[in-house]
Amino acid sequence: MADRLNNGIHIEGLTKRYGAGDTAVDALRGVDMQVAPGEVVGLVGPSGSGKTTLLKCLGAVIEPSSGSMKLGNDVIYKDGWKIKDLRALRRDNIGFVFQAPYLIPFLDVTDNVALLPMLAGRPNAESRQRALELLEALDVAHRAKAMPSQLSGGEQQRVAIARALVNRPPVILADEPTAPLDSERALAVIRILNKMAQQYQTAIIVVTHDEKIIPTFRRIYHIRDGRTHEEAGEGRTFE
Amino acid sequence: MISLAGRDILHAWGKFVFTGVGLGLLIGVTLTMAGVYRGMVDDAKVLLGNSGADLWVVQKDTLGPYAEPSSIYDDVYRGILGMPGVERAANVTYLTMQVRLGERDVRAMAVGIVPGGPGEPGYLVAGRQITRGHYEAVADMASGFKLGDRIQIRRNHYTVVGLTRRMVSSSGDPMVFIPLRDAQEAQFLKDNDVIVQQRRRTAANPAFNRPGVPGLLDAVIASQSNNSFVNAVLVQTKPGHSAEEVAEPIRRWKRLQVYTRVQMEEILVAKLIATSSKQIGMFLVILAIVSAAIVAFIIYTLTLGKIREIAVLKLIGTRNRTIAGMILQQALGLGFIGFVVGKISATLWAPLFPKYVLLEPGDAARGFAAVLIICALASVLAIRAALKVDPAEAIGG
Repeated sequence: MADRLNNGIHIEGLTKRYGAGDTAVDALRGVDMQVAPGEVVGLVGPSGSGKTTLLKCLGAVIEPSSGSMKLGNDVIYKDGWKIKDLRALRRDNIGFVFQAPYLIPFLDVTDNVALLPMLAGRPNAESRQRALELLEALDVAHRAKAMPSQLSGGEQQRVAIARALVNRPPVILADEPTAPLDSERALAVIRILNKMAQQYQTAIIVVTHDEKIIPTFRRIYHIRDGRTHEEAGEGRTFE
Repeated sequence: MISLAGRDILHAWGKFVFTGVGLGLLIGVTLTMAGVYRGMVDDAKVLLGNSGADLWVVQKDTLGPYAEPSSIYDDVYRGILGMPGVERAANVTYLTMQVRLGERDVRAMAVGIVPGGPGEPGYLVAGRQITRGHYEAVADMASGFKLGDRIQIRRNHYTVVGLTRRMVSSSGDPMVFIPLRDAQEAQFLKDNDVIVQQRRRTAANPAFNRPGVPGLLDAVIASQSNNSFVNAVLVQTKPGHSAEEVAEPIRRWKRLQVYTRVQMEEILVAKLIATSSKQIGMFLVILAIVSAAIVAFIIYTLTLGKIREIAVLKLIGTRNRTIAGMILQQALGLGFIGFVVGKISATLWAPLFPKYVLLEPGDAARGFAAVLIICALASVLAIRAALKVDPAEAIGG
């Protein structure tokens, strides 16, 4: 949780090789990355550069081939997983925001957000209260009882952000969260992510192709052929 | 923790209800098939019970009178009446035939009885028992006949004077009771052409038409036109005498086959309707397989439609057992809806069946358990598919 893992993300020399022998493909060739708590960084690169592979490694859904990853003070990977229960790691320490919101269509907005703390064993009432607080913060509390199909694209993405934040994870991985949105809504989502990162001291990595939002990042990691290099961003706020 | 399965069912209730109704009709057919079998068994027991007999005396080495043809002389009953432990004995004949009423005819079993003797219908729902020696009938209600109807059996007409119920043959045909003499005549009645031919042939036979023996030909012809056979003698035993104790001397001294009620029940249930019950058993197996296939297909399709949501659930930390439980609960929910619809359907349409359909609560309970087991097994395919979903699919790439 955030108070336990308050030092963001540290990645060193992370590699990922698919296949073996002559057909082996190196998707990541030694990625180094650091994201501090409360910071939102961009991860940009062309198709096939390794963005999604890096996101899957960070999300503990595929195993890297070598290198190390730290969440806060805990090494979660060093030439092998150091944590047994990756499912619990994802549930408690990593929030996900996808290109499409992927809300559970048969749960209302509140329960979509409250599901994670419920899965972690928290009482329903407490989980819903926490969900409502976040929905309030994200300005979608008035749609708390609505079903996902009744929301606009922007509202759905805000609910997805609330779901990613509800367990107060130290890290949020956002995979092209603004792709389906127009400029205004895309920038609104980034403003929300920045605000939430500050408010909950969460380290957020935003994978994007979206030219509209790239100028908003203060730091950007470019990834090409499985390697990253860091550069300073413009950090524009577009208020 | 909220019920994911319950929420999904509520969200897509139309899909579940319509699928459940379809499945329910299939389950209704299955319950009805079981009811048809139970009805056949019950009909057999009621048939024996209502006949009022303790013993059935039939032709030696036959399983008569219901399972095999049996023919014994109609005066045998007199000797049986004199046997120890016999209270009452009466002849009876059985003949399955088409009974006509006006322009329509009904498949029925014509039963020849001695009015007031064993074999007479045990109780009536309308009218009275047969009192005249000829041309009166008591019919089972399933025949559709009403009091006062004039029905035709072979060449003779009979007035329906009484109505009974639950008196059907082992094949489900309603019984029509008529006086024994009429039934004997109906059983062996030949048409006029055949009678003329038979008389000509007998007259042409020198053994029967001897010039020196006047009256021989007439006697032979007279014997040919009479039927002195019945199918069985029904016996009631005296109080204090066991059926087997009365049956043994009849077997020994009359050289006839005698069945007790237990033995006759065994013949009717285990032998006579054995093929039918196997047939129904096969139907039940096929229907169970079809039901399982439908549930498996529906649950599998519903699960495949939620692959992305399942990937998201797994990615955000949902346990495999929670996802498996959701699919299993949905399958069981579908089975529950199906069973309720099936039970109601079977209850509503059972009285419309021409044969007696007995829906026993025990069968319903067993059916419910079977439906739940089938649904649980049918969900295995969908659960396997869901557990194979890679959480990485939610991230794409």
